[in-house]
Amino acid sequence: MTKTLITRAQLIDPEAGTIQDGAVLMAEGVIQTVFEDPSPNVPGAEIVDAGEAYLAPGIVDIGVKVGEPGERHKESFKTAGLAAASGGVTTIVTRPDTTPATDTPEAMEFIRRRANQAAPVNVLPMAALTKGREGREMTEIGFMLDAGAIAFTDCDSVVTDTKVLARAMGYARSLGALVMGHPQEPILSKGASATSGKFATLRGLPAVSAMAERMGLDRDLALVEMTGARYHADQITTAQAVAVLARAKGEGLDVSAGTSMHHLTLNEMDVADYRTFFKVKPPLRTEEDRQAVVEAVRSGVIDVIGSFHTPQDEESKRLPFEEAASGAVGLETMLPVLLRLYHSGELELPVLFKALSLNPAKRLGLACGRMSAGAPADLVLFDADKPFVLDRFALQSKSKNTPFDGARLQGKVLQTFVAGKGVHPSS
Amino acid sequence: MRFDHRHLLGIEPLRPDEITTILDLADQYVSFNRRRDKHAKALAGLTQINMFFENSTRTQASFELAGKRLGADVMNMAMQASSIKKGETLIDTAMTLNAMHPDLLVVRHPHSGAVDQLAQKVNCAVLNAGDGRHEHPTQALLDALTIRRAKGRLHRLNIAICGDIAHSRVARSNLLLLHKMENRIRLVGPSTLMPSGIDAFGVEVYEDMAEGLKDVDVVMMLRLQRERMDGGFIPSEREYYHRYGLDAEKLSHAKPDAIVMHPGPMNRGVEIDGTLADDINRSVIQDQVEMGVAVRMAVMDLLARNLRARPTEVMA
Repeated sequence: MTKTLITRAQLIDPEAGTIQDGAVLMAEGVIQTVFEDPSPNVPGAEIVDAGEAYLAPGIVDIGVKVGEPGERHKESFKTAGLAAASGGVTTIVTRPDTTPATDTPEAMEFIRRRANQAAPVNVLPMAALTKGREGREMTEIGFMLDAGAIAFTDCDSVVTDTKVLARAMGYARSLGALVMGHPQEPILSKGASATSGKFATLRGLPAVSAMAERMGLDRDLALVEMTGARYHADQITTAQAVAVLARAKGEGLDVSAGTSMHHLTLNEMDVADYRTFFKVKPPLRTEEDRQAVVEAVRSGVIDVIGSFHTPQDEESKRLPFEEAASGAVGLETMLPVLLRLYHSGELELPVLFKALSLNPAKRLGLACGRMSAGAPADLVLFDADKPFVLDRFALQSKSKNTPFDGARLQGKVLQTFVAGKGVHPSS
Repeated sequence: MRFDHRHLLGIEPLRPDEITTILDLADQYVSFNRRRDKHAKALAGLTQINMFFENSTRTQASFELAGKRLGADVMNMAMQASSIKKGETLIDTAMTLNAMHPDLLVVRHPHSGAVDQLAQKVNCAVLNAGDGRHEHPTQALLDALTIRRAKGRLHRLNIAICGDIAHSRVARSNLLLLHKMENRIRLVGPSTLMPSGIDAFGVEVYEDMAEGLKDVDVVMMLRLQRERMDGGFIPSEREYYHRYGLDAEKLSHAKPDAIVMHPGPMNRGVEIDGTLADDINRSVIQDQVEMGVAVRMAVMDLLARNLRARPTEVMA
């Protein structure tokens, strides 16, 4: 039995909210011991000297798009897995907006089989809430739960028929399944590629009011109250929606919410001269909204940060802004990009990893995300300061659509461990 | 006199002195165009391609005439039927164009920003002839020249822009230009046709025509697109005409010597009364068309000078 001891690390414990010098002993796939002594003596253990770098629970990324099945030219499980490993993401929670949609237990099995063969990190699939993500009939939630679906969502295809959604949520509640919504008033936001306001008007882009997100959230929260379903909002990106979310949490509803790395670090002005790599869904918001979202992460109103990794080929981005595909890849860039918030003093590292690792794990009922004995040894070792210029063609992802190409970033993943095994750098 | 631009993509990047430079030169071309012999050589030897991804008879004709009078070889490419439908990317289009070695490219496109995106990839000077709801810079320049010639100045004027501001690139470009030249701008129209974030533009917004037109020097009417007329943005054509259509009564609130402008083509009886549009004492709509050719000649002349000043790129 191999034992690995990571010595001389700065341990980030998101549960305790602390950073302390120490060492971690991994064996049998789990964390055996967390030492306060940075260089303890453990006979027979293979030593990894962290050299004062940070060691944190690996990232659990909810809402990753992999192109299998249907769009393997954009991303396969293998490339997504490699990208994840090099970005410190140890668990990817995949989206069901595949082609065709992941809406049957058979499709779930295909994903689990492919993922286990090809990806070096944990892959947990989400399933569609309605058949074909068409918003008309609910899927076989029970069968798919048995087949390993971790949550149910129609992704950005909002269920417009509230009766269908109410029934699906009620049924999901009876099974204890988690429903993930995309809070957006679908008719108001149809065709929009920017957020209403001065910038959208100057650029002449079709835009949606930030209020559409609040309206979508209002409806979903009312349904949570009505059905008792466990609910997670995929991305909260506006100040108005943050306020509504805080109120719902204050009332004790079983709700949680995420936001994206892009909405935390970019605003609408970054689109500049119609740069389509900055086109994401929902569209980038104002700087005031960005700050409100950062504050919501800091205060815990927003629980989870995700990359919403969305690989797109070059052709689909080489179109006029309105016509271009939405989404950006983020598995590899998320940690260094979010470290901007650490370097700017906006978020502390334990807070960041609470939203990246601990909270998503807790919400999905996973044992990982913790820096404590008994937890799975899914860990990321990183240098928070190392500067580099991002080159999109150096990414592991098959698709290179990142808005951070050429960006000066600080922070590099040194090693990633999944169940105690090094998965990055690949040997 | 300076005009340091490779392209004319919008009014946004222009400085006030550059706008004046264009208008001064355009003034000369107005006189030139009124001569019997209308042949100049400013663009001699250069190839101008007019690429219209969206139908336009007037603007395309104006650019074509401007190019021909300056001696360019002008070619028109009607794009709406061909490649755009086949899913060709903007980059593909740019590559195809580069292989033809044009010097001036005039582009109209139904999507905002498409002309900017194309300009980033082609080797020639690009003129934006209107992109989506974004900008239509030559229209704003010809409007500015019309105003300057009618009013004797292009600053400290009260100017009302009326109608469908939200969907209008003409309104965007005019707003930017008139703002840069330090005029007082009013936007008049129903709230459904006002763009978002308009409070941040330093303009006054009116929903009532009589109030909005009070004591203005210039009334700019905008075309209301047919597809916006029924139910979606306004209740009906006749209610719109009643509340926002420019007629003698509404115009009486403006200064007695206020001029009436319209970018054309007009919907008589929808946004403007037919008789008023033809009133040569108030309407400068015909002048606008004339100024259009002169302004386009001026812009192409300036861009060509910059083009010739640059060393020839990779002649393989």
